[in-house]
Amino acid sequence: MNLASTTDPMVPAPWTVRDVRTETYDTRTLTLAPAGGARGPYRPGQFSMLWVFGVGELPISISGDPDAGDRLIYTVRSVGKATRSLVSASPGDTIGVRGPFGTAWPLDAARNKDVLVVAGGIGLAPLRGVIYQVLNHAHEYDRLFVLYGARTPRDVLYPKELRAWAKRPGVQVLTTVDAGRRTWRGRVGVVTTLFPHVDLRPERTVAMVCGPEIMMRFVARDLVARGMAPGDVHLSMERNMKCAVGFCGHCQWGPHFICRDGPVFPYGTIRPLLDRHEL
Amino acid sequence: MVESLERFIAEHKFFAGMRPEHIALLVGCASNVRFGAGAYLFREGGDANDFYLIRHGRVALEVFAPQRQPLVVGTVEEGDVLGWSWLVPPHVWRFHGRAMDTTVAIALDGRCLRTKCDEHTDLGYELLKRFTGIMVQRLEATRLQLIDIYSAAP
Repeated sequence: MNLASTTDPMVPAPWTVRDVRTETYDTRTLTLAPAGGARGPYRPGQFSMLWVFGVGELPISISGDPDAGDRLIYTVRSVGKATRSLVSASPGDTIGVRGPFGTAWPLDAARNKDVLVVAGGIGLAPLRGVIYQVLNHAHEYDRLFVLYGARTPRDVLYPKELRAWAKRPGVQVLTTVDAGRRTWRGRVGVVTTLFPHVDLRPERTVAMVCGPEIMMRFVARDLVARGMAPGDVHLSMERNMKCAVGFCGHCQWGPHFICRDGPVFPYGTIRPLLDRHEL
Repeated sequence: MVESLERFIAEHKFFAGMRPEHIALLVGCASNVRFGAGAYLFREGGDANDFYLIRHGRVALEVFAPQRQPLVVGTVEEGDVLGWSWLVPPHVWRFHGRAMDTTVAIALDGRCLRTKCDEHTDLGYELLKRFTGIMVQRLEATRLQLIDIYSAAP
């Protein structure tokens, strides 16, 4: 269950920051190594609880390659006190890690099918592990589509990797931004405007969607309108997770605890909840 | 050349399922056009007398504001339909359309089409239904842009 050292899911294990990479003006990627022992397994889509000592604890999706090394990689956007502390970490700092927690992207169900990754903003980070896995095991999947929407060109995450993925056979990468200046040579428009440019085979595709909830709602609706079954569209939900093991109830969403039953859900399961304002 | 135009229009997804006699009427208003990178297909406030089926390249829809760089509010590219102002009075473009790359398209003459739609109201209704679909998509996309969903505090 645990990524390293402790067996109690409520007790964080110490990990050491090995590398900090600046992705954009407000987003950094941290590479952590266990202070003792080895990294346990995890699956793309799962998250950890990261403890910044003296500041607080917060859920962050793992954004690295599960097949690679014994490190843990997290891409964090600075939007509040705890995330600001995380992105300010330096090599050598210690961070407490609990997890991995939650459900994973349905890579098994996607075997021998097309994989459609739809990401918005920082939502590309929880999906990067899916892309690594599909590319590492390309013979097990048909085509890979990566559709990515960001706010502006300077918010685009992993631009070098996006370009590298696009060069792989059987992979189509389409990026768009919501607003751009003339210096931006790419697409401008919301992520759903990319769908007409994908040769979608609805019955042979598994979609994995991560981004702001409103974006995921529109994306899921659009994919179903294009013929996909709601059960083949998967969304990664986010709520105020605290204990991460389904005890405290902070992340309760209708009948679900997002930390335990999610964060990845089939759209068919949660569709009624997405339209309820009071949840 | 006309045969190529007819085939392209008939096979375009925007016209999928359209009756052959309607396709023939459309072809009578169609021509091939090409714009170099940086050239304007149309300018805000100009007469909207065409719409375009983009065959190759990418077009930026731009808005100018004094003392600011032009803002690109959208792009269209291969496979997309560009322009519905030809259909709605006063038939004036609402944005600038600038070719980002060399752009090859089929232009459909809106004045020619408006005349044919008046004469063949079933063609007019068919086009109106299809363009309404495009307008709804653009409206929904614009609303999502306005919400600014990726901002730190949506």
